[in-house]
Amino acid sequence: MTPGTRRAVGFALTSLTGLAAFIIIAMLAIILFNVVENGAGGVTWTFLSQPPSDGMMGGGIFPAIFGTAALTLLMTVAVMPVGVLTAVYLHEYAPPHSLFARIVRVAVVNLAGVPSIVFGLFGLGFFILFVGQGMDRALGHEEMYWAQPGILWASLTLAVLTLPVVIVSTEEALRAVPMDHRTASLALGATQSQTLGRVVLPGALPGILTGAVLAISRGAGEVAPILFTGAAYFLPDLPSHLNSQFMHLGYHTYVMATQSPDVEATRPLLYSTVLVLLLLTFALNLVAVIIRTRTRRKAAGAH
Amino acid sequence: MDRHAIMEQGLTQPLIAPALSPAARRRQLREKVIAGFITLMAFTGIAALILIIIFVAKEALALFTEPEARHEASLSKMFLAQDVAPGKPPFRWQPVSKIPKVSMIPLFVGTLKTTAVSMLVAVPLGVFGALFAAEFAPRRLRELLKPVIELLAGIPSVVLGFFALMVMSTVVKEALGFDRPLNAMVAGLGLALAIVPVIFTVSEDALTAVPRSYREASLALGATPWETAWKVVLPAAAPGILAACVLGFGRAIGETMIVLMASGNADVISWSLGDSARSLSATIAAEMGEVVVGSPHYSLLFFIGVQLFIFTFVLNLMASTWTKRVIRKLTGGAA
Amino acid sequence: MSLNPNAPRPKMEARELTLRYGTKAAIQKVSLAILDRRVTALIGPSGCGKSTFLRALNRMNDLIPGANHTGTILLDDMDIHDRSVDVVDLRRRVGMVFQKSNPFPKSIFENVAYGLRVGGMKDKAALEQRVEKSLRGAALWDEVKDRLHESALGLSGGQQQRLCIARAMAVEPQVLLMDEPASALDPIATAKIEELIHELKATYTIAIVTHNMQQAARVSDRTAFFYMGELVECGATEQIFTNPREKRTEDYVTGKFG
Ligand SMILES: Nc1ncnc2c1ncn2[C@@H]1O[C@H](COP(=O)(O)OP(=O)(O)O)[C@@H](O)[C@H]1O
Ligand SMILES: [Mg+2]
Repeated sequence: MTPGTRRAVGFALTSLTGLAAFIIIAMLAIILFNVVENGAGGVTWTFLSQPPSDGMMGGGIFPAIFGTAALTLLMTVAVMPVGVLTAVYLHEYAPPHSLFARIVRVAVVNLAGVPSIVFGLFGLGFFILFVGQGMDRALGHEEMYWAQPGILWASLTLAVLTLPVVIVSTEEALRAVPMDHRTASLALGATQSQTLGRVVLPGALPGILTGAVLAISRGAGEVAPILFTGAAYFLPDLPSHLNSQFMHLGYHTYVMATQSPDVEATRPLLYSTVLVLLLLTFALNLVAVIIRTRTRRKAAGAH
Repeated sequence: MDRHAIMEQGLTQPLIAPALSPAARRRQLREKVIAGFITLMAFTGIAALILIIIFVAKEALALFTEPEARHEASLSKMFLAQDVAPGKPPFRWQPVSKIPKVSMIPLFVGTLKTTAVSMLVAVPLGVFGALFAAEFAPRRLRELLKPVIELLAGIPSVVLGFFALMVMSTVVKEALGFDRPLNAMVAGLGLALAIVPVIFTVSEDALTAVPRSYREASLALGATPWETAWKVVLPAAAPGILAACVLGFGRAIGETMIVLMASGNADVISWSLGDSARSLSATIAAEMGEVVVGSPHYSLLFFIGVQLFIFTFVLNLMASTWTKRVIRKLTGGAA
Repeated sequence: MSLNPNAPRPKMEARELTLRYGTKAAIQKVSLAILDRRVTALIGPSGCGKSTFLRALNRMNDLIPGANHTGTILLDDMDIHDRSVDVVDLRRRVGMVFQKSNPFPKSIFENVAYGLRVGGMKDKAALEQRVEKSLRGAALWDEVKDRLHESALGLSGGQQQRLCIARAMAVEPQVLLMDEPASALDPIATAKIEELIHELKATYTIAIVTHNMQQAARVSDRTAFFYMGELVECGATEQIFTNPREKRTEDYVTGKFG
């Protein structure tokens, strides 16, 4: 091959990789455009603040927004302490070459790869049928109280699912705290836990928040794990107890899209619901990206 | 080490060992309690994984222990061809019909079909896109690509399923002339949207881990940028890219909502991409809601869960082995 | 026991101290006394074990995985590795300033107050008083008194290092260990630090590692020369620089190597 053809072939193939990148960007753009175009008109204050009416043909999705928010809030409360402290163990407390730490890491990596539907089965088998029934028996409930799908079990299921997200980003955040700060603190006569609480965790806070936001964004969008652990299609009431079932944006989307008797009639509402769900997760992701770039820039500026 | 020194001292002068001040003793005790608590928390990750295995397997166990379930859903009924009237398909998944048919084969075929489509689309897109980002893209474009990928990864799968169902199905049906809008092709394309970010991200990490010196050496020898990327960088990052594909594969096998919404969910065995397909994960999602707890059907769904768990577990293990290998290779054994 | 009541007694003393990282010895059988309220300079070529020795004195080496020691270190005749000694208490008595200034990403005030707060001091007035005293002691007060609540990271390199000295002084240790505290600073900032060390030796026992011969000659009363993990020679600074007993010391202080 002459240098000329070599360069031409190279250019053609390079363009091909550019095309791949372009297609990826285009796909995202098309999805967003389609959802916004069809959904934006329906996102009104009524839509956001009212419950559904007319057999899902009208009204709004407030209960689904509320349910999604309550679900992810409970999930966050459950997953953050456990995830952060696990990462703290791995990065701050584990002895070097600790076998236990290595096993924890392997477990976390594998947990991250478990399909979300399997988490749903786990939530049903463990939380509802094992823990829930056990609690009912122990607390003397005659009829099922805990041994049924509800927001607590769904949120705990999601907490297990998002645990790896929190652990991984917290560990990254801990890694970014300069060793010097720990040494300085210890040299001043601080104990390890004081160093952790006063220097390390505050230093890692932005990264930990990023992890929390990513976990929330992931948890808010997952449907498979809550299919049989607590989501309901239509409930007149907002969830009021930890064992209440709840409406959920993602689940609502699924049911409306697949089980509606009249797809054309529900279509606008469906699109608007998807738009709200998408805005919610994107807003969360955006927050995560902003926190991360800002701390990275700050970290770069500090050295 | 210190403990040794202290112990030795303890042995040589046991009588005059002075005591810690009470304040210091309290402080040390508190530190120990905190460290213990943190270590305990670290058990959660392991516990979660083990509990998942135990409790998903436990509910499936009835298939092997209970006579009724063993009869209704024996391993041969799940995996071997059944004697049926001529003209009827020998593999069927109809667990709620009068005579339950519980062959997993249509589910395997459905899963493989949708997954294969998604891999055929997502691997070239993801790997080439990553190659572009790591080797050729101007910095600006590269900084645009990353958030785009993150946003794509952030789209909930139910939204991708919705998009496949509402938009892609019509487009694909018209473009390829399929009989029905919901089929393996549409589901596979929807899945591709979900796994492109995985493949892209992991591939890009592997590509950027290749030391600059490799590239410089190749360019200095007169290779064009493309030749450098193709013959030097890509092979060096190969295990990482393989890991990326395996991770994407695992994700596609386990992904539920997209397939559930876009594949049509019929238990047919055919190799046509225009036919409907029913995947393992979608079967669980579609049927668990109606099933009687403790029935053979219920155990069957958990058994499918066990299989999904095992497949993805093995794939993850492979992926992490390869990722480690590429890191070791490129950093000369440091990691 | 000296008959002269003014003769300085050893504040800290290492006896036959050997320190290993894993199996590799970083210092071998070092016996050295750090005299009370004197400045002891540790000099020697890079990698000879000066930092290792310094870190041993407040057990910062405990933090390095694989580090282990034999021999004893005494602080006021008390073995610092004895189980009656809590390492936290030890580090409050033996403070440390590092080569690279390492202020926390907190306010100036919070940096100086840190050691006091972790030590349990809560009273605001007392904290303020101690912070001011330490900042004055580190000759930094006038420069920062109007911006105590601004981030310490906004200070210049030299100011940051003096802040770290103030932070170490705030807990009122008896011994101050300094590991090349001025090596990253410009000459003016270095001069300020040296001046400060001069003033501090009235109240503190100081051990300072330095690369810089002139600095050792200027600030210290006694000098210890380390070479390849061994203590070659230790004596009055003037004697080490003008009339060393060992050939290796002479070669080093006259700049023949290192
Ligand atoms: N954390 C460590 N792990 C292993 N070896 C170390 C460590 N710190 C120092 N060393 C080794 O110990 C020796 C003495 O180092 P150091 O005390 O830092 O010397 P100096 O401060 O005189 O330059 C060197 O050979 C160095 O490589
Ligand atoms: Mg040093």
